[in-house]
Amino acid sequence: MLTTESQKKIDREIAKYPDGQQQSAVMAALAIAQEEQGWLSSEAIEAVANYLGMAPIAAYEVASFYTMYDLKPVGKYKLTVCTNLPCMLSGAVDAGEYLKQKLGIGYDETTADGKFTLKQGECMGACGDAPVMLLNNRRMCSSMLPEQIDKLLSELE
Amino acid sequence: MAILGALNPMLTVGLDAASDSAWRLDAYVKRGGYAALKKILAEKTPPEQVTAEVKKSFLRGRGGAGFPTGLKWSFMPKAYAGDKYVVCNSDEGEPGTFKDRDLLLFNPHSVIEGMIIAGYAMGAGCGYNYIHGEVWAVYTRFEEALAEAAAAGLLGKNILGSGFDFQLFAHHGYGAYICGEETALLESIEGKKGQPRYKPPFPASFGLYGKPTTINNTETFAAVPFIINMGGDAYLETGKPNNGGTKLFSVSGHVNKPGNYEVPLGTPFSTLLEMAGGMRGGRQLKACIPGGSSAPVLPGTIMMDCTMDYDSIAKAGSMLGSGAVIVMDETTCMVKALERLSYFYYEESCGQCTPCREGTNWMYRIISRIEHAQGRPDDLDLLTSMTPNIMGRTICALGDAAAMPVQSFVKHFRDEFAYHIENKKCLVPPDVQRAGSGFFKATV
Repeated sequence: MLTTESQKKIDREIAKYPDGQQQSAVMAALAIAQEEQGWLSSEAIEAVANYLGMAPIAAYEVASFYTMYDLKPVGKYKLTVCTNLPCMLSGAVDAGEYLKQKLGIGYDETTADGKFTLKQGECMGACGDAPVMLLNNRRMCSSMLPEQIDKLLSELE
Repeated sequence: MAILGALNPMLTVGLDAASDSAWRLDAYVKRGGYAALKKILAEKTPPEQVTAEVKKSFLRGRGGAGFPTGLKWSFMPKAYAGDKYVVCNSDEGEPGTFKDRDLLLFNPHSVIEGMIIAGYAMGAGCGYNYIHGEVWAVYTRFEEALAEAAAAGLLGKNILGSGFDFQLFAHHGYGAYICGEETALLESIEGKKGQPRYKPPFPASFGLYGKPTTINNTETFAAVPFIINMGGDAYLETGKPNNGGTKLFSVSGHVNKPGNYEVPLGTPFSTLLEMAGGMRGGRQLKACIPGGSSAPVLPGTIMMDCTMDYDSIAKAGSMLGSGAVIVMDETTCMVKALERLSYFYYEESCGQCTPCREGTNWMYRIISRIEHAQGRPDDLDLLTSMTPNIMGRTICALGDAAAMPVQSFVKHFRDEFAYHIENKKCLVPPDVQRAGSGFFKATV
């Protein structure tokens, strides 16, 4: 289930922890599996658990506890908008509404062509750059006023 | 770069976001970096002397609790023969806080050096830096900085030929505010759900993998090399008594230049506000949360009389917390602001303790119905009666953190909440609120 490349990446994570503590690598391993497959299916979670020698339910507990793991398929581009108070004061709620209108979807929905998923997120630790949104868990987009949102959407093919 | 200004700075001297080299090892060494570590190793300074220097500096934890760092270090068992750990809490997710992100992006080696020195002082051979999952660029940069340090012989076995070994690794979170709580963070490093542990035992006796562990905030570690270099007394003098040193303040909300500002503790709030470009649109300061979303809100008039240090803010009835200053002007609807904060705590409660799991949801529902014109006459009394049944009744401080905003918003802005309930609408008209956020300025 996990590609050799993913296994290599996971091995590098396991090496960070003391012998016998490879479960510590589960967060990184799940992130790697999600990056490889786009989301975390039960099979992917089980594969990670088996690789680390832990009970699948223990890996599932982790996958379902942390919000950046996607336990359902998401679009090619997942946009998570922080709407927490500091961001809200600088227009994040409006930014979310603007995106909903542009994409024709609500939060936790995916466009019919499978391209975009929109999520509402909690504090990303970037409040000075509000409104902020996170693209595919990796790229932080700052100061997302209408013009910047339009530009971002046109870049994402 | 979001480090926009400073008064008598230390942590942010010589940083340059535009350059790809200013954060690197060479540049850090040119700024005097790793001199503190080299000095300790060359002089074979007794570890307890390092801790004593940190105690003298009155450095207080920069993550939120403000606990004296040197005292915390002295709790680690000295005679313990097995593994000990030093952990850095960079799981920065307290709404309003974004300082650790910038420190790690633009000055990662200051944190690495601080952690190595901490390891030396406490006899720990291994450290982990737990980095907030949402700031991926920080995680990858920190890993790069670790590789630089290891290649230069500053990490690993026999550091600079001293016989001292210290390994350091980065661990990333993946979206859970609760992991900023230190025992939840340890559970998370162990590969579990981030649910806080009962204390005692405290991490100094039973921490990561059951071993003695000390957890400090990113900015706390970054301050350590400066304390060693200038001495604890001189460090203390840069702040004010009982509040040593400078502090990074993350200023967000209705100001012209939101960003990070490094100022000596004890700097007047009015100075900090001025540095942040003043109020957006020249509007009036209505309220301010001085220490991250968990800190009680203060009315603008009270805030203007405060200085930015642990004692002044505590005296005014709030907390300096992580130094996250959330500024709200007259366009803010306080009910809506509290509704959003209470949703956050409901969303982030780990679900372990009933008062928090049920209480955060219940508080959110009550505040939400007030905001959405469904408020009932006794709702405010209900809210104020609930908070003491949550605070102090949970394993960790998230219950308190959820209750304090509710308590303080209702206390200081009760009239506005009552207006909402009576008139079924905001005291601040929606179009005024919208104008305040500035989002549509670009198109309208």
